[in-house]
Amino acid sequence: MGDYENYLKGSPLEVKVITRRIGIPNSASIDVFLQNDGYKALAKALAMKPDEVINEVKNSGLRGRGGAGFNTGMKWSFVPKQSAKPKYVVCNADESEPGTCKDRPLIEFDPHQLIEGVAIAGYSIQSNQGYIYVRGEYRYLLDILDRALQEAYARGYLGKNILGTGFNFDIATHTGAGAYECGEETALLNSLEGLRGYPRVKPPFPAVVGLYGGPTVVNNVETLSNVPSILLNGADWYSKLGSAKNGGTRLFCLSGHINRPGVYELPMGFPLRRIIEEVGGGIPGGKKLKCVIPGGSSCPVLTPEEIDVPMDFDSLSKIGSMLGSGGVVIMDEDTCMVKAALRISRFYAHESCGWCIPCREGTSWLKTLLTRFHAGGGVAEDPDTALDVAFNILGKTLCPLGDAAALPVISILKKFRHEFEDHLKLGACPYERSAVTAS
Amino acid sequence: MLSDTLKAKFDQVIARYPLKRSAIVPLLMFGQDEIGYVSDELIEEIARAVDVRPIEVIEDIGYYSMLHRQPIGKYNLQVCTNISCLLRGGEGILEHCSKKLGIGHKQTTPDGKFSLEEVECLGACCGAPAMQVNYDFYENLTPEKIDALLERLRKNSSA
Amino acid sequence: MPEPTTAAPPTTVTITIDGKSMTVPPGTLLIEAAKQSGIDIPSFCYYPGLTLQGACRMCVVLIEKMPKLQTACTTVVANGMVVHTANDEVKNARKAMLEFLLTNHPLDCPVCDKGGECELQDAVFRYGAAETRFLEIKHHEEEKKFSNLVYYDRPRCILCYRCIRVCDEGMDVNAYGIGFRGAHSEIIPNHGDKLECEECGMCIDICPVGALTSGTYRYKTRPWELTYTGTICNHCGDGCKTTLSIRNNEIIRANNRDHSGFNGEFLCAKGRFGWDFVNSEQRVTSPRIRRDGKQEDSTWEEALGTTVARLNNIITRHGADSVAVIGSNRTTNEENYLLSRFTRTVLGTNNLDHHRTADFSSLVGALTNSHATDRYATMQGVATASSILLIGNNPTHQHPLLAYQIRQAVRQHRARLYVINGDEIKLRRQATLYVQVKPGGEADAVRALICNLGPAADLLAAGSTPISAVAEKLKTESNTIIIFGDEIRGEMVGELVRWGLTLPGRTRFIALGDYANSRGAADMGLLPGNLPGYSSITDREARAYFETVWGEKLPVKPGRDLRGIVSGIHAGDIKTLLVFGSNPIKTLKLDGNALSKLDFLLVADLFPTETGALADVFLPATSFAEKAGTVTNTCGQVQAVKRTMRKPGTRSDLEIIMALARQFGRKWPYNSPDDVLREMIAKVRGYSIALPTLLLGGAVATVPEGIPPALERVDLISTSGDSLFTSGTVSRYSKALNSVEEAKRPHDHIF
Repeated sequence: MGDYENYLKGSPLEVKVITRRIGIPNSASIDVFLQNDGYKALAKALAMKPDEVINEVKNSGLRGRGGAGFNTGMKWSFVPKQSAKPKYVVCNADESEPGTCKDRPLIEFDPHQLIEGVAIAGYSIQSNQGYIYVRGEYRYLLDILDRALQEAYARGYLGKNILGTGFNFDIATHTGAGAYECGEETALLNSLEGLRGYPRVKPPFPAVVGLYGGPTVVNNVETLSNVPSILLNGADWYSKLGSAKNGGTRLFCLSGHINRPGVYELPMGFPLRRIIEEVGGGIPGGKKLKCVIPGGSSCPVLTPEEIDVPMDFDSLSKIGSMLGSGGVVIMDEDTCMVKAALRISRFYAHESCGWCIPCREGTSWLKTLLTRFHAGGGVAEDPDTALDVAFNILGKTLCPLGDAAALPVISILKKFRHEFEDHLKLGACPYERSAVTAS
Repeated sequence: MLSDTLKAKFDQVIARYPLKRSAIVPLLMFGQDEIGYVSDELIEEIARAVDVRPIEVIEDIGYYSMLHRQPIGKYNLQVCTNISCLLRGGEGILEHCSKKLGIGHKQTTPDGKFSLEEVECLGACCGAPAMQVNYDFYENLTPEKIDALLERLRKNSSA
Repeated sequence: MPEPTTAAPPTTVTITIDGKSMTVPPGTLLIEAAKQSGIDIPSFCYYPGLTLQGACRMCVVLIEKMPKLQTACTTVVANGMVVHTANDEVKNARKAMLEFLLTNHPLDCPVCDKGGECELQDAVFRYGAAETRFLEIKHHEEEKKFSNLVYYDRPRCILCYRCIRVCDEGMDVNAYGIGFRGAHSEIIPNHGDKLECEECGMCIDICPVGALTSGTYRYKTRPWELTYTGTICNHCGDGCKTTLSIRNNEIIRANNRDHSGFNGEFLCAKGRFGWDFVNSEQRVTSPRIRRDGKQEDSTWEEALGTTVARLNNIITRHGADSVAVIGSNRTTNEENYLLSRFTRTVLGTNNLDHHRTADFSSLVGALTNSHATDRYATMQGVATASSILLIGNNPTHQHPLLAYQIRQAVRQHRARLYVINGDEIKLRRQATLYVQVKPGGEADAVRALICNLGPAADLLAAGSTPISAVAEKLKTESNTIIIFGDEIRGEMVGELVRWGLTLPGRTRFIALGDYANSRGAADMGLLPGNLPGYSSITDREARAYFETVWGEKLPVKPGRDLRGIVSGIHAGDIKTLLVFGSNPIKTLKLDGNALSKLDFLLVADLFPTETGALADVFLPATSFAEKAGTVTNTCGQVQAVKRTMRKPGTRSDLEIIMALARQFGRKWPYNSPDDVLREMIAKVRGYSIALPTLLLGGAVATVPEGIPPALERVDLISTSGDSLFTSGTVSRYSKALNSVEEAKRPHDHIF
C-alpha cells in the first residue's frame, strides 16, 4: 500500500525478531508463514499449562509496546482464573500516536504472527474470544487481517478444538472510525462495546472488569507479535536481546529531519545518538540537531545534550522522558519549537474526548493560546500561562491523554523558552519563510 | 434502501459480538463506504439492526472523526500536517491541494469529485509528508506527485 | 436519592481526613466519608445515587502514598488511608479546574436564571479562580429550545452529565446524549433537535449551572426575590413535597428545593410545571347566583344566604334525603372531615360520595379482619423494598413518584419487581417477571395467582410469562410490597390481602388512588356508609361515638352512593346537589341534562367547570396553594399543606362549610384548620399522628382500622384515566401542561 515498502530500508544494525519475515515474498500468506516457524509457538504453548505460558512471557521481560511499558506476562497474570463472565483478549491496533507507524508493517507483512500471538494470549488466560481493534484509517490492514483470519480458520489454527487440544478460540476484527483516544485501553473497550470512546474509571482494571464486564487483556500489536518468538526461543533468549529489565527488541520509527526515515528493529537499550546518526543516517543537509521526540508526540522532548541515552523504558524515564511508542521524531536546527508545540497541542485538543474538564478545556486553551502566540499576537505572560495550563492538566485527568498533551508542551517551554522570547521580541515567527518545511 | 450486500455485511458483522451494539461503529463505517456519508436512513437502519435508540448511534457519529453526516467528494483527500509531516512539508502539501482544487478544509469541489481535509497523524510518519485518498495511502508527497495524482483521479472519475 | 453504598458491612474502616480520624463502613466513597464528618469536598459530576463519572476532577484530594492527586468520588476508603483535602496542592488543583471551567463559560451571571443559586458561582466564590488569564475568544453557541419546557445553553454547560444520568438512571427515559467531541462536546436531545420525553424537568433541577433552564421560569426573576414555602403537590396521590416559589402573590416555580420528604428531588411534569392553574386568569373570584337562567356575580353574604334558604326550603318540603353531596379528591382532610360532619349532622343525610379511584375501604377492612393493620407500606418503603408485586395501574403516568421509587428499588437495591398488567406499561422494563394479561384481566389474574391456577392461558396476552411463575417466585421472596390499582376492588381486595399475608415475611400493601387526597376523602368518610376512620354508619357504637364527639344526632338511613345519587336525580328523588371541588359531568360522565332537573345545585370550585356552569350558586374556592391543612397520600401518609399566597375573592372549602354550618345555626368549635386537625387526631381512628413531625414538614403514616361496609358495585371505583400530563379538570387550566407536545401525540414508545 502506498509507498510503504520504500521506507522499510533496513539497517545492518537491526536485530530482526518480529520483522524477520518481512522481505520474504508473500510473507502475509499462511503458507509462507508456516514455512518460517509459523504457528509452531502456538502448538508449543498449547502443550504447556496456561500458567507456564504466562510465566515464560513474564520472565522474558517483554513490556507493553503501546507506551506504558508494563510487564506483559504480569498483566496476563492479573486475570482471575475463575470468572463467571467470558474472558477476552483485545489487540490494540489503534495506532495513532504521532510519529508512530510500526503496527502497519507488522500487520501488512506478517498478520499471522499477530494472530498467533493473540491466540497464545487467549490460551494463557483461558479466553475463547479475541478482537483486533484496527484504527479506522487502516482499512487495508483490516482487509489483510480478515483474509489472514480466514486462512487460519481454514487450517485449524483458530476455531474449535485447535490442533486437537480441545482449546477453542475465535478472533474477529473491529474497525475504529477516527479517534486517538481509543488507543487508551479502557476507551478502546468502550468503543468496542459500541459506545463513545470515553475512558473508564480505574480501578477496576480491564484484567478484572473489561470487555462486556469480563476479565480482559488488552495488548498492543507489537507486544503480541513478540509472543510467538518468546515461546519458540525461550524467555531467557528474549530477555538477553535487550537491556536490563527491558527484554527483546523494539521497533523504532524514525521520522522528521532524518536521512533514512523508516521502521527499524533494534535491541532494547540501543543508544539514541546511534539511532539518529548511524541507523537514520543523520540529518539532511548536514544540519544540526535541535530536538528529538524519543517515543511519539506525547513524550517530553530531548535536546542534543540528552541523546546519549539507551533507548529503553527505564533509561528514558530516568532523564524525564519516555520510550513511549517508539516514534523517534527528529527536528533540525531550523525548526520552530513554538510551531512544534502548537502543532502537538492542536493534535491533543482535536483528540481530547472531552470527558473530563482539565483535558477538554486545557488542551483547547493551549491550542488557542499557542496559535495566537505563534501568529505574532503573544503577550509577555503567555509562556508562563501556557506552562501553568499544562501543569494544571498534568496528573489531573481521568486518562493519560492529559499528560500526553501536557508533557511535550512543558518540556518545550522549559527547554526552548528562548524561542518564545524571540517570538515576542520579533512579534512574529523567526523561522517562518525559512526552513521549517522542506517543500 | 440499503443494498442486499450491505445488509448481509451487517448481519455478518453483528454476529461477531455477544452484544449487538458493539457493531455500531463498524456498521457506520461500512454503511458510509457504500452510501458516501451517514444518512438518516443509515442511522435508523443501524439502530434497528443493533437494537438501540437512534440517539445512541448519533452520539457515536459525533465522536468519531471519520464519520460525516453530509455527502462529500468521490475522492476525499486527507492531508496529514501532524508533527512528522509538518517537519517534511505537510502544510505545503495541504496548501498545494487547496490551491489546485480551490477548496479549503472540509470543503468539496462543486462537481462533487474532491473533498479536502486536514487530518491528524495517519500513521505514515516515515513516509512523510503523507495523505490518504479515501482509504489509500500516498506518501513522500511532492507537489508534482499531487498534480499527477489529481490528474489520474479526475480521469478515473469521469471514466 | 439513597446513597450508592448499600448492605450493612461486617467491619469498619478507619481513615484520617485532614488530621481527623474517623470510622466508616468499608465500601464508602471517600467523598461521602468526608461529608459525614463535615468536610466538604467540592464536586460537579459526582451526585449521590447516580453512577460515578470521574469527569469534573473538582474533588481531587491528596492521599498519602499515592503518586498523584486522586478523585474522592471514585476512591473507596481503605484502612489506614491518610487524606488531605485542604493543602496547597489540592487547593491549587481545585482553583485550576475552576479556571478551566470558566474559560469558555459566559459570565452572564447577572441575567442567568441560576445566578444566586449556581454551584459554579458558589465554587468560584469559595475556591478562587476569581481572576482569569484566558485571553482567547470564548466558544459561543446560540441557546437551543429542546422543548417548550426545557432550554439548553451550551456555553454555560460544564458537561457534568448529571442531566443524562438522571434521565437514564432516575427516569428511565434516556432522552439525552452527548454530541461531538472534546471542547465541542454538547448535550443533545433524543429527537432531532427536540426532546421527546416525560418532561419531568429533573434535568433542569439537577443542572448545577444555568445550562438547562425551565420554559416557565426563565428570565422571570432572581431567586432572592422569591419567598419559598414547602407544601404538598396537589395533583396525583403520591404526595410529593414541593417548594412553591412566590413573588408578588404569584407562583413562579415549583421544585423540591430542600430535597426533603420521601420524593427527595423528584417531581414529575405536573408537579414541576402544572401548578400554574393556580395563576390562571380563568379562576373565579366572585360568587355567582343564577338569576333568570344566567349566572351573575354576587356577594358571599348573598350566595351563602341564598344557599341556606334554598336548602332549608327543600329539606322542609322533601326531607333531608332529597339532598346529596359530592365531595372532592383534592380538598384537605380537615375540609373532608367537616363535609362529612356537615352532610350528616346539618343536612341530616348520608347521601355523600366522591369519585372513588381506589378501594381503600376494602383494603382497610381486609387488613383489619386479618389483624394486620401494621401492613400499610409507605412511599419511602417502596424505594428500599426487596420485592414488589404491581398489579394493574400505570404508575409512570398515574403515580410518577411511585414509578420512580420502584425504579430506585430495582436499581439501587436490586429489588425484584413483578408486574401484572393489561398494558405494556413502561415499568415492565424493570420487571423480573412481567405477566401481560388481556385488557381488563387484572382481577382474574389475581384470582389465578391466588388459586395457583395452572397456565390460565385464556387470560394471558400472547407470549406472556405464566402467572404461576410469579406465584412461585413470590414464595421465595420476603417482605413483598403488593401494589394494586383500581382494577382490584371489592372482595378481590380481601382475597389478595389474605393471600398476600401468607407470603414469607411482612407483606405490605398499597392501593393506588389517583388524586392528591383520594385517600383522605375515604379516610374522612366522604362515603355514604363510612364515618371518618372507616367505621360503618350502620354500626351503632360507631354512630354513638361520633354523636358524642359532635354533640349531634346522625342519620341512620343508609345513604346513596354516586350511582344512587345519579339515579335519584333521574327519578326526581334527589332535589338538591352540593358539589365541592368536583366536576362530575366530566369525571363521572354525569348527564348534564339530569342536573337541570334539580331544584338546586351548589358548586364550589376554582374554575367555571361544566358542572359549575349549571350551578344555581357557584362559590369560588381557594386552591391548595392558598390554604392550610393536611392531605393523605395513597399510602396513608399525612402531610401538611401550607398557605403560600392569597387569592382575593375566594374562600377555602373549610371556610365555606363553616359559614354554611353557622348560617344553619351551628356553633362548631373550630376557628381554624388546626382546630379541626386536632379533633381528627384525637377522634379519628388511625389518625393519632405526631403533630410535631407533621408541622416540621414530615410525612406521618396513619394506621386506619375498621370494618366499613362492603363495596356494593365495582363500578363505583374507576380510574381518573389521567396521563403524565393531565390531572382531572385542573390540568385544563395549566398553560404549561397544555404546551407539552408529547401529550399531543402518541407516546407509547416513551412510556
